[in-house]
Amino acid sequence: MTRLLLASVLALAAGGAFAQDVVRIGTEGAYPPYNFLDDAGNLDGFEIELGREICARAQLTCEFVQNDWDSIIPNLVSGNYDVIMAGMSITPERDEVIDFTQDYYPPTASAYVARSPDVDVTAATVAAQSTTIQAGYIATTGATLVEYATPEETVAAVRNGEADAVFADYDFLVPIVEASGGDLAFVGEGVPLGGGIGAGLRESDAGLRDALDGAIAAMKADGTLNALLGKWFPGEEPPSYDAATQ
Amino acid sequence: MLPDCSDPSALSGLSWLACYLTTGKHLNFYGSFGTVLLLLLVTAPVALALGFGGAMLARSRVAPLSWIGRAYIAVVRGVPDIVFFLFFVIALDQGLEYLRHRIKCPDWDGPVYRGSDFVVCDAAKLPLSNAPQWFHEAYGFALAVLTFAIVFGAFAASVLFGAMKAVPRAQMETAEAYGMTHAQAFWRVLVPQMWVYALPGLSNLWLVLVKASPLLFLLGVEDIVYWARDLGGSKTPQFTDYPHGDWRMWYFLFLLCFYLAFTRLSEIALDRLMRRLTHGQAIAGGEAQRKAALGGAA
Amino acid sequence: MSCWDTLGAYALRSLGYGERALPTTDFTLCQQATLIGSGMIWNLYFGAVALGAGFVLAVAVALARTSDSPWLRRPAGWFIFLFRGSPLFIQFFFAYFLFLSLKGRFDWADPLTSAWLGATLVLFLNTAGYSAEIFRGALQAIPRGDLEAADAYGLTGWTKFRRITFPTMLRLAWPAYTNEAIFLFHATALVFVSGFPAIQQKGDALYYAQYFADKTFNPFVPYPILAGYFILVTLSIVGLFWLGSQRLNRHLPSPSGRWRAKFQVIR
Repeated sequence: MTRLLLASVLALAAGGAFAQDVVRIGTEGAYPPYNFLDDAGNLDGFEIELGREICARAQLTCEFVQNDWDSIIPNLVSGNYDVIMAGMSITPERDEVIDFTQDYYPPTASAYVARSPDVDVTAATVAAQSTTIQAGYIATTGATLVEYATPEETVAAVRNGEADAVFADYDFLVPIVEASGGDLAFVGEGVPLGGGIGAGLRESDAGLRDALDGAIAAMKADGTLNALLGKWFPGEEPPSYDAATQ
Repeated sequence: MLPDCSDPSALSGLSWLACYLTTGKHLNFYGSFGTVLLLLLVTAPVALALGFGGAMLARSRVAPLSWIGRAYIAVVRGVPDIVFFLFFVIALDQGLEYLRHRIKCPDWDGPVYRGSDFVVCDAAKLPLSNAPQWFHEAYGFALAVLTFAIVFGAFAASVLFGAMKAVPRAQMETAEAYGMTHAQAFWRVLVPQMWVYALPGLSNLWLVLVKASPLLFLLGVEDIVYWARDLGGSKTPQFTDYPHGDWRMWYFLFLLCFYLAFTRLSEIALDRLMRRLTHGQAIAGGEAQRKAALGGAA
Repeated sequence: MSCWDTLGAYALRSLGYGERALPTTDFTLCQQATLIGSGMIWNLYFGAVALGAGFVLAVAVALARTSDSPWLRRPAGWFIFLFRGSPLFIQFFFAYFLFLSLKGRFDWADPLTSAWLGATLVLFLNTAGYSAEIFRGALQAIPRGDLEAADAYGLTGWTKFRRITFPTMLRLAWPAYTNEAIFLFHATALVFVSGFPAIQQKGDALYYAQYFADKTFNPFVPYPILAGYFILVTLSIVGLFWLGSQRLNRHLPSPSGRWRAKFQVIR
């Protein structure tokens, strides 16, 4: 750890003569548009492009590695990679175990999608992915929660009528609703969950966190982060950061 | 001849399919069959060796050794493989790094566990953080092999333990009457004869091992089921040149055929092996072979 | 909340009784052990029902497999091959697909997509396939002398099967069948991770273990607890099947005898 910390601090100070140490970034590779595999089988997505840019600015050599979502935090604290960029919302529970950079994706709402517009989402059967903040939220509402192991299956459950609605991250649902040709639509009110998305790090890696944090702040300030958000989350109102408040 | 795949949206029918089935992702999918087969072929002998060791321990006449052997068999065999895989790899990895840490950095002060972090000195990292990516992957593969082998070693140990007991007492008594030591009798009489009793159990275990391969993804190896799930899931046009609906059914059907064919081939090969092992053995099968050979000669 | 209260609130949570909300903060060892134990109810249910019903089907399939008529032999062979030759999770996947399409057409198929019926059905067919192969091997290994003796006593048909063929088959198949029972109970852990949804957070032991592993970010507590439960179940199965084997073999002269068996237990 010390060498990594030293390298990143010195890299910032000296303008990057230290590039031989590799910072490994863990991601899931199954959550478009944040991170996914393209047709060629390579990692692609908002976080992949963002991660490369952050590393370039912090003058670090980075490498993305894929890891199963369920064990993504245990493998980080165990030292198998150094950073998590996997569409992970900043929550108080996670913050107790790992450290987060400032968010690089603003807090957004999670949303309901259903086939029929008059589904009452507080009383219906709602599908969510097991052990996500969305599943935790539905469990506290009056709705009947059905949990599936993958996000794919939660959407399939609405299509085949097993569930009345699916509750998931808004930006995960947007392309699905668009591609459904009117079959699926957003219903009900969005629910703000989590505190935006940030990069997760070990608590003992303060130096590396500061390096990444600085790069993210710089990208917010000069508008490059907004450009990236606009590219990967097109729509009427893409998520963005107000440069003046940073 | 392959069609030009640069603009898939202009293609249709068979040429679209040809392009679709030769994307880089699909090539990874095909490659993962090799990975899984390689892993099975490496794991089987390692598991067999662990099983042999476990069975020898379990029948040891030194009580503590025997307890260790029996505890290994009882504990690992008592836990579903999926549960074992969910925490054991991380534990194994931490254990190895801790050992290296104690050897390589003896004057490191401060705890290894800090809050929830597990921190060892840089020299003890496995693999080293500046190691090339292929080395990381090879290490992950080796951990997966070892974990698989430990689980299936326990099952193999119980099969071999039973097989060693099944060798007729008289064979061992005769060996000792000929003046062989205990070790000589074990290696020259018991071990060569036990395989025929062990093979049915071991064949079954091999087939179970083959079908456990979907759990490889839990161990960080991108196996055939992982790719089938990823490729089969519905794709929206924003992220791919080949959008399609939920095609998991077709990919899983392909996997089903693969597993059935592989099972069939394994059964044929194991049958042949069994016939060769039975040859000349003092059991019903060996007797039947002997009679058939006599009948053929007459 | 004391551990006793926790037990009251969550011991039957997997069936939908007790506290509605799962714990979300300050996770105690007691909560983890109680909820994971509560989930074990489902694993025991899946395992026991599938094993019991599967036994009957397995005997029938094994008899069909060894029968002289190809109309019985071939389908039985395919059934065994299909269920032994493919991983359980692929069977779950296709079964769930099939149940969904049935549900759209027939009213009676409604409960099939729930784990309590659908997953049990798959596990039942799966264990029947494996056990049938074990019983087939045992049927073929029955000493010819036994069957000839039965003929000599004038036993035929059902009486011969019930008195001679069936008990001998069971005795020969027993060790392998014990292993199959263990594997089946382990396989019940796959129900909620491959296809079947957990409704209102009513899941099996692995479901709750995953819940805690996700909430505490520490896999080294819930999974070993889960492993401990399964070891207990496995030991119980081994014990029950040992009692069964004592009963099956009670007429056979045993070289060790009763007295020595007792002696070993005491030691």
